[in-house]
Amino acid sequence: MQAASRAMYDPDCAVPGLTMDDHRTLLARVASRQDREAFKCLFQHFGPRVKSVMVKAGAQPDLAEDLVQDVMMTVWRKASLYAPDRGAVSTWVFTIARNARIDRLRRASSQPYRDLEGLELASEEPDGEDEAFASQRAERVAEALDELPDEQRRIIEYAFIHDMAQSEIAAKLDLPLGTVKSRMRLAYMKLKGKLEVLK
Amino acid sequence: MTILHHLDQNTLLRHASGDLDEAFSAIVSAHLAMCEACRRDLRIAEDVGGHLLEDGDTVPLADDALARIMRCIDEREGAGEPIRAAQAPRAETQDVPAPLQRYIGSSLADVPWKTVAPGVRRHKIALTTPTRSAFYMLKIEPGKAVPEHGHGGAEITLILSGAYRDELGRFGPGDVADLDEHVEHQPKVDPGEPCICIVATEAPTRFKGLFSRLLQPLVGI
Repeated sequence: MQAASRAMYDPDCAVPGLTMDDHRTLLARVASRQDREAFKCLFQHFGPRVKSVMVKAGAQPDLAEDLVQDVMMTVWRKASLYAPDRGAVSTWVFTIARNARIDRLRRASSQPYRDLEGLELASEEPDGEDEAFASQRAERVAEALDELPDEQRRIIEYAFIHDMAQSEIAAKLDLPLGTVKSRMRLAYMKLKGKLEVLK
Repeated sequence: MTILHHLDQNTLLRHASGDLDEAFSAIVSAHLAMCEACRRDLRIAEDVGGHLLEDGDTVPLADDALARIMRCIDEREGAGEPIRAAQAPRAETQDVPAPLQRYIGSSLADVPWKTVAPGVRRHKIALTTPTRSAFYMLKIEPGKAVPEHGHGGAEITLILSGAYRDELGRFGPGDVADLDEHVEHQPKVDPGEPCICIVATEAPTRFKGLFSRLLQPLVGI
């Protein structure tokens, strides 16, 4: 929160170490009053990260730059669809970047994902999770990822950041497809195991 | 609706990372629309992406990147275009989950079925993007058994109404049979009402036995 207010006064937004809560505060300002200064901070934080993801997924620099514009424009337009109790802002930005990747790099359709966006907000069933839980969850996932054996973490990174199909990962690492799948499952089980204790 | 059969973890991870084609992601999204437990599990998988993004490398943006997006925002607002996203539709109460409605309409009563074998009707669904998967609905009469078959690739089936049983249990509305290429099964529809399901298959389904193989072009694709 403090870093967020500091960031508001810094024209370059060069405040290191914006926290997860800062991201939420900034995004809430974009959603509630189209706050451009808050948006600039988010742009400067996430823009270079999204660009890196796009380059690693195989986009040429110009296209990566265009995709950053698309992704961050979606952040601006859809800020009010972000639900804090569902997860970190970085997770939400990742899903927007993923959708852009599906549409523009894979030339497939992210429509099925977008059809679900409203559902979470429209759902009136309380699911017992709140913002604090979502923050804790994101922290635990981060911890668990850092503890993964290299062979599992690498596969996860290839899939989520380099946008490689499981068959491509198998070919690259010279592993049977079944091994890639089972390592993915193992990694996921560990993440989930870390979260069980939160409940 | 009590959901007993859920998405495979590997499918959730592929969905979260964007590795499923349109046919598979439409069915996965439709199950997610009905299943709170899988939505929670998906959030964990998406948190992985969020953390890797947050903690990952950066590549400097072009010098004019910030000016460019702010100009774009100004222009849109100046043109009076609605910048805010339209409020998303409410959770549906129809029998077709939202992510499937663009493909099959909002009512199961309006599907243009074609009979492909006695007691088996099928409707092939067009996709908007190229894919190697087949995407179709089946309506199978009560008590009818589908020949035992394995799969050349992954296959995912979401039950929309009615129910069937196979070696893995009973599958009713909202349940998903998320099978990899190693599973062989022989579904039999429960008595009482037809079973309507929607299926994506990665590669042609292989049926065992000569008679069944003759059926393949009809039932599978």
